[in-house]
This record gives sequence, structure tokens and C-alpha cells, in this order.
Amino acid sequence: MKEGFRQSMAWLHTWAGLILGWVLFFMFVTGTAGYFDTEIDRWMQPELPVAQHDTPAVDVAAMGVSLLREEAPGAARWVIAMPIDRNDPYPRRFWQGADTESGAIAANGNERFDASSGEPFSARATGGGQHLYRMHWRLHYLPRSLSDWLIGLATMFMLVAITSGIIIHKKIFKDFFTFRPGKGQRSWLDAHNVLSVLALPFHVMITYSGLIFMAFAYMPLVIAATYGTGPEARQTMIQEVFSLPVVERSGEPASLTALGPLIDTAEERWGPGVLRHVDIHHPGDRNAYIILRASHAQGPVRSGEELHFDGVSGELIDTIPAITSAPNAAWTVLLGLHEGLFAGPVLRWLYFLSGILGTGMVGTGLVLWTVKRRQQAERRASGSHRGLVLVERLNPGMVAGLLTAVAAYFWANRLLPVEFAQREAWEVHSMFLTWFMLLILSVARPPARSWPEQFALAAVAFALLPVLNLFTSDRHLGRSLPAGDWPLAGFDLTVLGLGLVCAWVSYRLVVRQRSKLKHRRNVTTPTPGRASGAESSS
Amino acid sequence: MTDMLQEQPGVGIGARLCRAWHSPALGIASRVIAAIVGGFALANLGAILLAVLLPMARGEAVVTGVLASFAIYTAAVIWVFAARSAVRAWLGILGAAAICALVTWLLIGALQ
Repeated sequence: MKEGFRQSMAWLHTWAGLILGWVLFFMFVTGTAGYFDTEIDRWMQPELPVAQHDTPAVDVAAMGVSLLREEAPGAARWVIAMPIDRNDPYPRRFWQGADTESGAIAANGNERFDASSGEPFSARATGGGQHLYRMHWRLHYLPRSLSDWLIGLATMFMLVAITSGIIIHKKIFKDFFTFRPGKGQRSWLDAHNVLSVLALPFHVMITYSGLIFMAFAYMPLVIAATYGTGPEARQTMIQEVFSLPVVERSGEPASLTALGPLIDTAEERWGPGVLRHVDIHHPGDRNAYIILRASHAQGPVRSGEELHFDGVSGELIDTIPAITSAPNAAWTVLLGLHEGLFAGPVLRWLYFLSGILGTGMVGTGLVLWTVKRRQQAERRASGSHRGLVLVERLNPGMVAGLLTAVAAYFWANRLLPVEFAQREAWEVHSMFLTWFMLLILSVARPPARSWPEQFALAAVAFALLPVLNLFTSDRHLGRSLPAGDWPLAGFDLTVLGLGLVCAWVSYRLVVRQRSKLKHRRNVTTPTPGRASGAESSS
Repeated sequence: MTDMLQEQPGVGIGARLCRAWHSPALGIASRVIAAIVGGFALANLGAILLAVLLPMARGEAVVTGVLASFAIYTAAVIWVFAARSAVRAWLGILGAAAICALVTWLLIGALQ
């Protein structure tokens, strides 16, 4: 019975993993890139200055308010975001529900501005790292209603694959130290196990927390049963769960209180560089309400303390702690761990490496699926299965091809003309067109050739990015390294490293292919059926 | 019925249906539905039960229920594929769902 249980789990693991494996691979690659989203932003807009973290909050707020007065009169909400850490290199203002008839430039807006001049930055249009990272849950071309459920399903499959993977893995620690290279399926299985176990806490965390981001949408009956249906019920729920204030506009004008004393109060309490948002509800109204929000990146708890002020008198009305209850803490910690906004350089690199391990876990799993079936098909000697051949031929393009496609996204950023109106969209189109063409190439070639070729392409595409940067900006390694401009230098060095890793993989594959061919020439008799049974259940 | 099958394999609609019923493909399809749809329903019902049962403020209890719901879903899927037969898998899911629904209903009745 116990053996049967593990076997049924092995079956579940294989199929749960494969069916959405390609979607998961895409999510892992783009999501991993997201841990360096603002650094990628910077590389994709080399015209931008270095991050403006040192500007006093009072000055940024004053600048933001004077800009918003001009651009967004009558807005329901003005927010000024401070450039306190790597997550926000520059000040930003956004607004909602402004009145275009009384002179607002748009009902809603979201703009960065220079901390010293208040001017918008002049830089090429780009989707940047934000667009790349957003793909891991938006899947870009799909409508939101479809992508939400597809990634939910994929993530749920992943959770089941991880759980069943742990169950079938009876010698989890012993296998962790086991790697038998050059043994075909066995080696792939070992690699898959090592990659999975090495970052297992990360994989479990990232999967479970991924579901929590849209948990209320995924579990709709819970709200319906406890709060009822309809928008009002939803409103009540949001207030109770996330403790948001409800302030109505009075319609009676009143001038906004000076922000300086409010910010002083906040900085006395939190210290400098912690105030993240100045959130003004109904500016210019009798009922104006100001929330000063502390950084949500001080630790894994993805929320900060809030100070609530009367927006006219400037009186402190309420202090909302970062954590309001234990369940609320669990919730925000899961989200905080997923996004890793709090991570400093070392932890951020660990996040990135864990993401790469996860990418490798899904990638090796996809390969393992075909290797195992190939051996079974050869043992039966009944010719290969059509589905198997298709998966075998698609995999190199899906896996290595996607890496090249991400590099193509960066190439497009530098090669599309700056004045080209739709360059932002075409950066992404370039990425997916590259992927699509590499998939076609991959299907057209035998897998044994395709794998090293595709990795060689990825190696060239990544390793030459610093060279591209040298020719298309004045922010190349020769400048960024001496200046200690780490976001830019780090990008160039990282893609160079990725290129070298891809080149190494390609080289290893070629070497292995050659030794296999030699082996086959020497051994003229057909290979006997390999040891079975024990291998199929790991 | 089984005797008839052994004598004349593949003859008649009844026999074919009977064979299809016992085919592994149908069992797997049935389990997949039990896992995805049944597991989803059970996860929601389990979360609702927690939201009603836990002695906390409503908002907190709802958050706890929703946080737990994905673990319930995973456990349900594991159960469905570990059960000895598709029928047992369904019975387990439906039984658990019925218990959740019943307890929730009783609790809501008791609270009112």
C-alpha cells in the first residue's frame, strides 16, 4: 500500500509537472528577472541619472504637491512616492479621479519626476524591467480574466507537483548529495532532485504566496458566504480585512494643510528615509485626509505603519500599525517574501539564484519527462510516440529559446529607434517573435543538435549585451565600473555571466554528443535493455 | 454481467459501456475532475468553515480561511490520486465537502 501510494504520487508528479511545465518555465524565467526589475529599468533607460535617494522627503513632497496642483486639480487622490530605496530610484507622483474639465491633464496619471527640478525625465520609452517582471503573472498577450486563471491553475499544479515530489522522494537528504553525471536519465533525475531540494523552501514559499496574491479572486465563495455578494459586500470586506478608511468628499472647498509638520512628525517617529507615501485623499476639500505610510520594505512584512491626519487642520487622527492581526501578518509576510522588496544586495542575489534554481528545476523536469519516455520507447522498440517526438523537439526552443528571447527584449530596447512611436510594444513583440522563430527552428532540427545550438544562441545573445551597451550608450562598463554605478555595471556583468553559463552548457552538450557517437561506433551490437523498474520510481 | 463479458468480449452496447466503465482512461478522467473541480469546491467550503468557525473578528477569520484554502486544495488533490479507486476518491471528496457544508450550516444557524 505504501509503495502504491508513492507510485500514484510519481504519476501525479509527472503529469502535473508536464502539463503546465512550459507555462511555469515562462513564469520562473520572467519572475526571476523581476528580482532585478529596477536595475533592468535603469539599463533600459541609460539616459536616466543615478538614483535620487538623498533628497529630503519634505522637498520631494512639496515638489510633488505643486506639480499635482497643476496637473490634477479636483482629484480624488494624490500620492507622492519617495525615492527611499532600490525599489523606487526616483520620486513619483500618481493621481486618481482628477477633473479634466477644471484643467487636469488626465483623470488618472503616474509620472516620475526629477527630485531637484521637478521636470519629467527625458529617456527613451520602454517597458523596462517592470514589463518583463509583470509578464510572469500577466502573460502579456492574454486578457486579464484568462491569465489570472491560467497562472492560478499553473501555480496550483506546481504546488501539487512540489508536494507529490516531496512524497515520492523517500531519501530526500541522501539524494541531495547524489549526482551521477553522464548516466542519461539517472543524471537528469539527480540534477532535477538537487535543483528542487536545494531551494525547496524557496519553491514552496514562492508557489504558495503566488496564490495568495489573488486568493480572494480564486476563492470567491468565501467572500460570498461570509459577506454576501455585490459591490457593497466587497467594500465592507476590503475595509475589514485591509482596514482602509472611507472618506467621502464634502464638496466644500478648504485649503490643504502644510505637509512639512506632518512629515516632521513621521520622521521623528520612524527616522529619515522610511516615509514612503504621502497619500492625500480629496485634496482641497473640507474632508481632505492624509495618510503617511512607512516603507513596506523594512522587513518581510509587506506593510508599513500608517499615520492618518486631518487634511485641513493637520491633526493626527489615527495610527495604524503595520500588523493588525496574526492572520493579517501571515498574509502580508507571504506577499513580502514573494516580492522580496526588503532584500538587500546579498539576499537579493540569493533570491535571484533561487529563481534560477527553480528555472532549472522546471527545465530539467521537462527534459526528464522526454528522456524517460524515450528510453521506454526504445525498450519497446516499437518506434517513437508522436507526442513524445513533438515534446522532444519543442523543449530546446521552449527552454533555451526563451532565454534568447529575453535577451532579444534587451536588444530591441537598444536597436529600435528612439523616436519610433511604438517601441515599447515592439520590445515585447521582438521578444515573442524571437521565441516563436526559435521554436520553429527547434522543431525543424533533431533535438541532439537543437539543444547545443539553442544554448549557443542564448550565450551569444546574452554575452554580447555589454558590447551592445558600449555602442549604444555612454554608460558602458568602462564608465559604470569606475563610477561605482552598480545597477548598470551589475546588469552588464550579470548578462555576461549568464552568457558564459549558456556557452558552458552548449559546450558540455556538444562534448557529450561526440562521446555518445564514438561510443555507438565502438559498440556495434544493439544496447541491451537497461535496468528497469527501480529507475522508474525515484 | 462479467460472465457475459468474458464469453463475448466487445459485443453489445452494454458490454462496451461496461468495459469503458472499467477502463483506466475513464478512471483517470474521473479523478482529474474530482481533483480539479471537487478539490476546488472542497477548498472553498473548507475556507468558509474556518471563516465561520474560528473565534476571531470576521475579517481575520476570512483571511485565515483563504490562507488555508490552498493547502486544503493540495491535500484534496493528493487524496484523489492516492485513493485506491476513482469511486473512493469521489466519496472522500464529497464526504468531506458535505461535512464542511453541514457544520457551516449548523454554525450559521446557531449564531443567528
